[in-house]
Order: sequence, then C-alpha cells, then structure tokens
Amino acid sequence: MEVPILKQGDFLIATFQAALTDEDLLQLQDALVARVGRFRSRGVIVDVTALDVMDSFAARTLRALAHMVRLRGAETVIVGIQPEVAFAMVQLGLSLEGVPTALDLEEGLAQLMKAAERKGATFRGR
Amino acid sequence: MSKSNKDNEVKKAPEPVRGETTAALLRELVSHLRQNRTQLRQEWAKRITEAKLLTAMSQEEIFAEATAVYDNYVEALETGTFEALQGYARNLSERIIPRGVETHEVVGIVLLLRDVLARSLFAKYQHDFALLNRILDAYEPAANRIANTVAVGFVQERERTIRQQQEAIRELSTPVLQVRERLLILPIIGVIDPQRSRQLTEQLLRGIRTNRAKVVVIDITGVAAMDSNVANGLVQTVEASRLLGATVIVTGLSPEIAQTLVTIGVDLTKMNTVGDLQGGIEEAERLLGYKAVPVSALSESSLKS
Amino acid sequence: MDDEIRVSIASDADIVIARQQGRALAEKLGFSATDQTIIATAISEVARNIIKFAKHGEIIVEVIAKSSIRGIRVTARDQGPGIADIQLALQDGYTTGNGLGMGLPGCKRLMDELEIKSAKGKGTTVTMKKWA
Repeated sequence: MEVPILKQGDFLIATFQAALTDEDLLQLQDALVARVGRFRSRGVIVDVTALDVMDSFAARTLRALAHMVRLRGAETVIVGIQPEVAFAMVQLGLSLEGVPTALDLEEGLAQLMKAAERKGATFRGR
Repeated sequence: MSKSNKDNEVKKAPEPVRGETTAALLRELVSHLRQNRTQLRQEWAKRITEAKLLTAMSQEEIFAEATAVYDNYVEALETGTFEALQGYARNLSERIIPRGVETHEVVGIVLLLRDVLARSLFAKYQHDFALLNRILDAYEPAANRIANTVAVGFVQERERTIRQQQEAIRELSTPVLQVRERLLILPIIGVIDPQRSRQLTEQLLRGIRTNRAKVVVIDITGVAAMDSNVANGLVQTVEASRLLGATVIVTGLSPEIAQTLVTIGVDLTKMNTVGDLQGGIEEAERLLGYKAVPVSALSESSLKS
Repeated sequence: MDDEIRVSIASDADIVIARQQGRALAEKLGFSATDQTIIATAISEVARNIIKFAKHGEIIVEVIAKSSIRGIRVTARDQGPGIADIQLALQDGYTTGNGLGMGLPGCKRLMDELEIKSAKGKGTTVTMKKWA
C-alpha cells in the first residue's frame, strides 16, 4: 500500500493510512527523498497517527529518512505517534533520537514554519 | 536364569493390582456419593450454617453453591482431573469476595465437606473395618488435593482483587495536573516500583495527548529513593514524552538521588533537570514563550543527531 | 473464541498479518491498549527475525493460563541457520541497527518472559509470554 504524499507550499506531507510493510516504508523513503529535491521543499512531515505499531525496522527507516532529508537541506518532523506506540517503542529501545517530533499535523507544521523562519533569519543575518 | 525371572514376576505382580484396587475403590466411593447426593448435600449445608460460615450469604445461596461444589467435588474424585473444580473455585471466589467472604470461611466449608463425606463412609463401611480403611486410604489424598485446589483458588483470586484495588489507588495517587495551557505537572510522591512507573508513564502520555501539552514538569521531590530500574523507567518516560512532541523537565532531584544515579551510571544527559519545582515551571514557561529562546541554541539542539 | 492463531511467515507482508492477528487475540483476552501494542510490537520483531535470518517460518499465538492469571504465548519458529551464541543474541545491541538477534533484548523488555531454543544449523524457536 503506497503512502500518499501531499505538497503544501514549501512542505511535503506524507500520511500513513494503515499498517505498512517494510517494502512500503522503503518506497516512502525513496519517494520523499526524491521529491524534496524535485520540489525544493524546506520541510517534510510524516504523519503516523494511523500506525498501531512502530517496530525497529520502521523506526530505523524513519530515522534514515530524516537524515537523508536533512542532507538535502530540509527538516523532517514525525507527528502523531500514539501514546501506546511511544510506550512500546521506548521499552524496545527506540527513541528516534535526533529526529524532531510533534503531537500532530498542526504542531508539526508550526514547528517547520518556525525552523524555516530561523533559517531565513540566519541567512539574512549573514 | 529362569528361576530369577519367575522371582521378578512374583515381586512385580502386586503393584498393578493395588493400582486397580484404588481405582475400583474410588469408583465405589463416587457411586456412594452420587446415591446419597441429596442427603449429604443437605447435611453439609446444615453444618455450614451451624458453624456460622458464609454468613454473608442466604440459606438458598449456600445450598445452591453447596450443590455445585458437591457435584464438582464428586467429579474431581471420579476423573482425577481438577480443571473443572479449579474453574468453579475461581468463579465462586469472584462472586463471593466482593461480599466480604473470608479465606477461613472457604477453607472451613471445604474441610466440613471432607468431614461430612468421611462420616458417611464410616457409617456405610463400619461393618467391614478392613474395607473402610482401604476406602479411606483412597479417599484421603484425593480429598486433600481438592481442599487444596479450592483454597488456593480462593487465595489467588483474592490477591488478584487486591492488586486491582492497589492499581486504582495508584492511579489516584499520581495526578497529572494542567497548570497553564500546554503545561503539565506530574508530582510524584512515595515509592516508585516498576508497576507504578509504568502506570504513571501511561497516564502522563495520555495526558500529553488530551491536553496537547508541549512541556511537562516531573517533580520528584517526594521520592525518597531511586534504584537503577526506577531511574531507567524515568529516562524512558522522558523519551516517550518526547516522541509525542513534549519536552520533559525533571525537578526536585535530591543530592542523594543525584549521587546514586551517577554512581549506578544512569545517563542523565538525556534529562533536562532543574533544581526545584518553582524553577522548573519558570523554565517551562520560558520554553513555551518562544521569544525568550535563543535562536542559535534551539536550532542547534534540534538539528543535532 | 479461537484461542490459537498460526501465521506462516514468508514475506514482509506476513509480518503485518501476524502482528494484527496477535493484537486481535490480545484484545479479546482483555489486555490493555498498551499491552496490545506491546504484544504486536514484539510479534513484529520476532517475525522480522524469521524473514531476515531464515527466510521463512511460523508464528503461533496462543492463550495460556497460570492459576488465576491468563496470558498470551508467542512462538516464533524457523528452520534457519540457528543462533550460535544465544547469550550474545540477548545482549543489548539494537542501536547498531544490525547484527544477529537484533530486537531480542528489546522483546525481552517488552514481554514478561522470553526463551530461545536454538543450535547452529538446527533452526530457532523463540517463545515469549505476557501475563494479563
């Protein structure tokens, strides 16, 4: 099952619809990294609200995704991790260290907007 | 050679016969208990009332339960399997524990039944003392095991009930408080064990979601001691909160606990700590009022991997 | 109530099926939402190990009882290369992101009990239990 990717201004939004296979996750990773370049996006939001399990493979893929996106000059925010999922993740030893997170889509967008402003300010300041 | 073979045969022979005898005796016993079901059941119910056991229950209830226990008891004697009786004991306990029935009452009624049945066996077989002895030899171990099964079932059910109640009390003892918009405070008081640690983490995570919290202050001023399990639990709470997008500030770490944590090698760098609750709330407000945050510091920390 | 599920594991899509069915059974048994997620996550990890190390195998999820407590037992079985050093497989090494037995130490933390039976060349059986 493919994950739909929405382009909203400077940002890309990928929303998980259901449980994903490893294949789907890798596909999403490739598609997002490619599109960040094509659209010159400044931020990516991955909405995992519908995800009922985040195992080590999913966490590792999301982390790799965030790092690749960063190398292409954009910021990734993972939003919508459910309380139960977060609990199981930390027990398993997955904390998505270094990857920004937010409560939901709204918060994630606000966070990206602020990061973009800061970046803009830094550039102007130079 | 052939002689010793013969000897062995002779020596081996009694054992299987004795086994068969026990089975036969139990069969006879079971048929006796079935035949006299009505009378023995009544006798038992009467003795229960006389002994002032199960006072929380009415006569009809006692008789109904007595019937069910009696039938399960006979079945266990007959089949030698205890699952059905175990299941019934659990079910019975579930029903009578909320009504205040005590452990000694349950043990008491099972011992009474044992007594009632033993007496009836005496009455029936007193003419043949040898047979009576054999019957009792067969009855006794089975009866003991039955009494044990029922009593253990009751105690376990009781423990389960107590555990549930403790859980409810725990939930009340750790409130997740919203003090400002998007700011939660979790004051922890008392002893933290793994179970409580898990329960308060779950509560906090749900609280973060419902209140859309961005910052959480966990105050552990009221926590007297902390071992590595509890400390790691706290680290996990902090990590899980971050996965939901909330920053955690830990306040009230006593010098003793701080020293313990360093000694046992808990990584405190992942934790944002502030001396006291007041300072923690100030820090939280600073985090929530975005202007006060130095741009460089924030972008660096959020970009670091 | 169906007290046992068996899912044969041969592709990454089967991992999803196994954890979804495992979760459904846990829910039927009355496990909390958190425990359901924990069980599903652990199933996901051991199922992935099957794909990764043995290519195919089987996940069995059953209802079990210990006196008055009910629980769930997850068995992951394969005929793969086996684990040479079980102690090593249970050592915390998940952060490296690869290597033998990855995820097993995490599963041990998630579940109440975890046991591995394996020998080199003889396949692997991982048994995990969670009590309600």
